[in-house]
Amino acid sequence: MKNALLILLAALTLSLTACGNKNTQPDTTAATDVGSGSEGATTDRTGAGGGITESALDAETRRRLGELVVYFDYDEADIKPEFNAMLQAHGRNLAANPNMQVRLEGHADERGSREYNIGLGERRAQAVRRVLQLQGAGAQQLTTVSYGEERPAATGSDEESWRLNRRVELVYR
Amino acid sequence: MVRMLRTNARAGLIAAAAALCGLLASVAEAQGFNVVITEGSEAAVPIAVVPFGWQGSGPPAFDVAGVVSSDLASSGRFAPVPTRDMVSRPTQAQQVNFQDWRLLKANYLVIGTLAESTADNFAATFQLFDVVRGESLTSFRLEAARADLRRVSHRIADMVFEKLTGFPGVFSTQIAYVSEERRPDGTKQFRLIVSDADGENANKVAESSQPLLSPSWSPDARRIAYVSYEGGVSGVYVQTLRTGTRERVSARAGVNSAPTFSPDGRFLALVLSRDTGNLDIHSLDLTSQVLRQLTTDAGIDTEPVWAPDGRSIYFTSDRAGGPQIYRVGTEAGQRPTRITFAGPYNARPRVSPDGKQLAVVYGQNNRYQIGVVNIDSGQLQILTDGRLDESPSFAPNGAQIIYATRDARGRAVLASVSTDGRFKTQIASVAGDVREPVWGPFPRP
Repeated sequence: MKNALLILLAALTLSLTACGNKNTQPDTTAATDVGSGSEGATTDRTGAGGGITESALDAETRRRLGELVVYFDYDEADIKPEFNAMLQAHGRNLAANPNMQVRLEGHADERGSREYNIGLGERRAQAVRRVLQLQGAGAQQLTTVSYGEERPAATGSDEESWRLNRRVELVYR
Repeated sequence: MVRMLRTNARAGLIAAAAALCGLLASVAEAQGFNVVITEGSEAAVPIAVVPFGWQGSGPPAFDVAGVVSSDLASSGRFAPVPTRDMVSRPTQAQQVNFQDWRLLKANYLVIGTLAESTADNFAATFQLFDVVRGESLTSFRLEAARADLRRVSHRIADMVFEKLTGFPGVFSTQIAYVSEERRPDGTKQFRLIVSDADGENANKVAESSQPLLSPSWSPDARRIAYVSYEGGVSGVYVQTLRTGTRERVSARAGVNSAPTFSPDGRFLALVLSRDTGNLDIHSLDLTSQVLRQLTTDAGIDTEPVWAPDGRSIYFTSDRAGGPQIYRVGTEAGQRPTRITFAGPYNARPRVSPDGKQLAVVYGQNNRYQIGVVNIDSGQLQILTDGRLDESPSFAPNGAQIIYATRDARGRAVLASVSTDGRFKTQIASVAGDVREPVWGPFPRP
């Protein structure tokens, strides 16, 4: 599992390098909106000409910054590939705005023992923290807390509820 | 909810008054749960507990037989004969006609009398009979003030239970548990409750809109350690029950979790992640505040619990993949050894009072049940048949385990099972979800 994480981190780093510096600074206004879960960002995507325009890239970044939850597999803390782009956007946003603070709240589903689930939630929060740091976020910008199974997002006892509860929430403050 | 608040306020007043009088503050009346037998055990022994005779002015001061009867039923080992089926109601030995009780298929019979001797002094006498043999097994006389009649009834149940099973009764003990209620505005109310083993005399120890969890008794039953997320961070607290005084003993960066007292009450085992983000078992000297790290593995090490001799700690670790139980010495620099090998998921160990068995959460095929592991042989026996059973805790007599489960409607409730798996009871909550039951120690004189 740790090896998998290392490989993933290496892949992320490579993709970062490949991107080079054609990226623009993330829009701080958009990032401030993030906390309130604003969804309007995609409306910027009007320049539907050829490739990705500068404003489209902005819109994409802003859309990513509006995503605040990372989901995990059962008893796992590996970050799934579909969350790479989102975490990349958040990591760069934090790097560009060193005064920003994010609290990473780790959670687990209800199955198994409560205190072991606190451990799982913490491990997930730490996995997100490492990726964000790799993207340039400073250690002092990130705090973690694990709630284990104590604060479920969905209250059912079924696969769908469990999937929604195995998560890390990014809370900008 | 309103009713709950009012009773709590009243409880507070009574507690304050009791503290002034220098009494133990186990006096509030906030109802926590009722013991109801939802799974009648085939093996439960029929016993008749006849309503006690009353010698005094006015109506009977207390229903001693009612408490004795429900105590015995709550163990799952006894099936009391309904009072309405009793054809005779003897209160003295010479009135007993064994044939009446054989017809009712009662194996045992308890009779007694409650007598008022002075204004606030009562004497309860009882006698236990073997109906099959037609002989008396034991008899006893206890004196008490009015306020202690419930306690006296529990002691009678304790004596009957011990005479018939060989195990000391646990009806005079207390349990702690966590309740969670959803308020109308959608916020949550977490409470840490201490009550008698039968759910009566429920007292609120702590209350928060943030999660409360992991209650643990001190060996003298005077303090409770627990985790609170008040302020949005985890902290380990130790609270003295009688005074309500509490101390935050750990609120370090990261995880502060899973406290348990050492058998001498001087140390607290707890789980910290500190700066590394990695959960490890630590031991905190409650007097000197000196902290010692006992495990260093990169896996999740958590849920520590002390062996009865205080020289080692059992804990959960996923260092080898899935969670399993390990043991580590409490001296510095010991290497943990693995205890459980049966199945992919064994967690949250609790040690039996004799130190020979562990109660665990056993997980397999998306199902979580309570099991007991023989420490020497490693052999596992699954005791329960729920899907989301958790938080096992041994009764101090080692004969029973209380745990958290779900009822047919999916509500979080408490249940108990005998250590051999034969006797089961489910415990219904009056309001909200209840979980994380922890059985307290025997009361000390």
